[in-house]
Amino acid sequence: MMPDNEWMPVVFWLLMGVAMLAYVVLDGYDLGVGMLMPWARSDAHKDMMVASIGPFWDANETWLVLGVGLLLVAFPKGQGVVLGALYLPVAVMLVGLILRGVAFDFRVKARAHHKPLWNALFSTGSLMAAAAQGWMLGRFVMGLDDSPRALGFAALIAVALPVTYALLGACWLILKTEGELQRRAVAWAKISWPAMVVALLAISVVTPLFSETVRVRWFSFPNILALLPIPLMAGLALVALRGLLNSHRIVGDGAKLAWLPMVLAISVMLVGGMGLAYSLYPYIVLDQITVWDAAAAPGSLWLILIGTSISLPAIAVYTFFVYRVFGGKATALHYG
Amino acid sequence: MDALDTLLLSRMQFAANITFHILFPTITIALGWVLLFMRWRWLRTQDHAWLAAYRLWTKVFALSFALGVVSGVTMSFQFGTNWPGYMERVGNIAGPLLAYEVLTAFFLEASFLGIMLFGHGRVSERVHMMATFLVAFGTTMSAFWILSLNSWMQTPTGHEIVNGEFFAVDWWQIVFNPSFPYRLTHMLLASGLTVSFLIAGTAAWQLLRGRDGPATGKMLRLGVTLGAVLIPAQIVMGDLHGLNTLEHQPQKVAAMEGLWETTQGAPLLLFAIPDEATRSNHFEVAIPKLASLILTHELDGTLRGLNDFETHPPVAPVFYAFRVMVGTGMLMLLVSWLALWQLRRHGWQARALPKWTLHSLRWMTFSGWLATVAGWYVTEIGRQPYMVQDLLKVASLVTPTPAPTVGATLAAYVTLYLALLVAYVGVLRYLASKPMAATPAEDEALPASAMIQGGAAPQGAPK
Repeated sequence: MMPDNEWMPVVFWLLMGVAMLAYVVLDGYDLGVGMLMPWARSDAHKDMMVASIGPFWDANETWLVLGVGLLLVAFPKGQGVVLGALYLPVAVMLVGLILRGVAFDFRVKARAHHKPLWNALFSTGSLMAAAAQGWMLGRFVMGLDDSPRALGFAALIAVALPVTYALLGACWLILKTEGELQRRAVAWAKISWPAMVVALLAISVVTPLFSETVRVRWFSFPNILALLPIPLMAGLALVALRGLLNSHRIVGDGAKLAWLPMVLAISVMLVGGMGLAYSLYPYIVLDQITVWDAAAAPGSLWLILIGTSISLPAIAVYTFFVYRVFGGKATALHYG
Repeated sequence: MDALDTLLLSRMQFAANITFHILFPTITIALGWVLLFMRWRWLRTQDHAWLAAYRLWTKVFALSFALGVVSGVTMSFQFGTNWPGYMERVGNIAGPLLAYEVLTAFFLEASFLGIMLFGHGRVSERVHMMATFLVAFGTTMSAFWILSLNSWMQTPTGHEIVNGEFFAVDWWQIVFNPSFPYRLTHMLLASGLTVSFLIAGTAAWQLLRGRDGPATGKMLRLGVTLGAVLIPAQIVMGDLHGLNTLEHQPQKVAAMEGLWETTQGAPLLLFAIPDEATRSNHFEVAIPKLASLILTHELDGTLRGLNDFETHPPVAPVFYAFRVMVGTGMLMLLVSWLALWQLRRHGWQARALPKWTLHSLRWMTFSGWLATVAGWYVTEIGRQPYMVQDLLKVASLVTPTPAPTVGATLAAYVTLYLALLVAYVGVLRYLASKPMAATPAEDEALPASAMIQGGAAPQGAPK
């Protein structure tokens, strides 16, 4: 068993994972909506797409700050290695997030003839951020290895994650919009669905091939029996999602199940996240740096843990409140 | 030389980033409270001019907030990408302070911002006021934590060092370190002044361009009054902060004063060109004994000179930046008091102000930015070559990333920031030039649709 205080880095590793997963799900749909915007047919549709994420995106992006913040503060001896190896993709992501975040505000405040430019930057920024995150996820899962096959894998994820975000974004729009735009969103979801399947399959197949640790962990007996529910649940949710996209119950007036595609897409992400966590535990860099190698002093971790235990429930409560206030179908947003 | 280049480029990158970033929190920290005030005045008086002013400045707030968020996210990553040694060595101290900022401030402001901006008609006025209050409170809390950390790096206390790694001993001493109360108050007042002159300057610009509406006079009076009240407080606070710096970081004060030799009755240099090669100043314009009087409260008080210290910060940038900050502050005092006096004489009618007063206010619109950035340069460059004063050098913490990579990203960031700055000021002018309406419905009736998001909403429009 773990000696005293040895559980603390594990708790922080889990907290970091939760923050990152929350980010990927929450800002994932924002970025997805951003990437889908060029395919909207009218300016009114574009406005509605932006309005659907308007009250949420800022808080969603804060999960990224929490995630990287926990990496910095809880694992000071691992952050330099991880972020140093990902220097350029981090910069690309940041430039993307800057463009996305400011275009959001500029597009409706600047002169009307500048709006197409800000729209373009909004989509470009979303795509840059999503692709860079995919690349980083790929590198991270490969333990920051820079062999050609590891980089090839990262390139695959750099394509798969943006399309997965697009699926999340499309499901979000099915939930939040009506009429023509909602029907378009269903079509977008159908197109992006296969990419999510490919991404999940790729990570599930390549990670065990690449790492002995991961292989033993998943495919030894009887582990494999206990773990079987993870791929099964993800597969079931994916199939159900695809079936639902053909159903009339998610579109039009009185569609009772418009919320279900989003919930299914999120559950696939959550199950995938759990599987990934099981593969990577207890590493900050797979097979090289463990949480205990990288952790900060126990005293400092205690202080952060106390703060986190008090604020996370509070954050959950007011996040719930905000989603309730802006629940239902999206409407045009006005100040004041 | 590669290490040096990466170091220099990383410093430039962080400087560019933090210079760009601080512009926007400087606005939002105080503007949040000003918006709360405007909303409250509207609810109390039912005067639509207050509502119109509130709606204009809400847009500015939203835009500034977004720019602050995205540049802040960038900075948090740069701790790890460019300065990995910082968290490795000081993480036990800096980590909890940064974590508390994220947990108690960022989520609060980011979550309630949506309700503050778009919540009208969805929540009651009381809940809306509460949301606005929480956003303002969140931005101020954020300032509290980040300034605590910055102050600790200037005046470190409450820690011990074991094998080069910092450990916390007394958190109270760490959070409330000796320079923290001064620096926090100085920054909050700077934020208030920045917003005062931004609002007054915008109103003056509207009057000069004939774009004024019912809210313009209220904005001008509010901005001028707030500025005139805050600037004397800031001057007193700046003096106290300077005395605190003299006690804890005397080499910084020596650089600010351009004082090379330890001197009894040191003069105050109004202007000079400090030269580190000859360790002397050229073209001095000085008032005898005044520096000693200000800093020691005695005409013949002794001030330690730069030559007395083994290491000291680069002199010229600190020296000049200090004069820019103080000079701007003096102009703020002059302009705000003059405008206030003239307003009083003309029965508080903004329109009756002389043209040149309006022009002065207009030119002072962004004076708060100038003074704030100059002040931060004084305090940050004044800490060099240390990251943590006297304990940890900047050079020992930098990334091994190759210089071309750092250089390329630096170029990308700087280009982006300059473009965004131009866009920001342009949009501010555009927003101020549009007629100010009190309700969204009135906007729609206007030729230049001032609707914020949505245009005509074909579906889901409120029925």
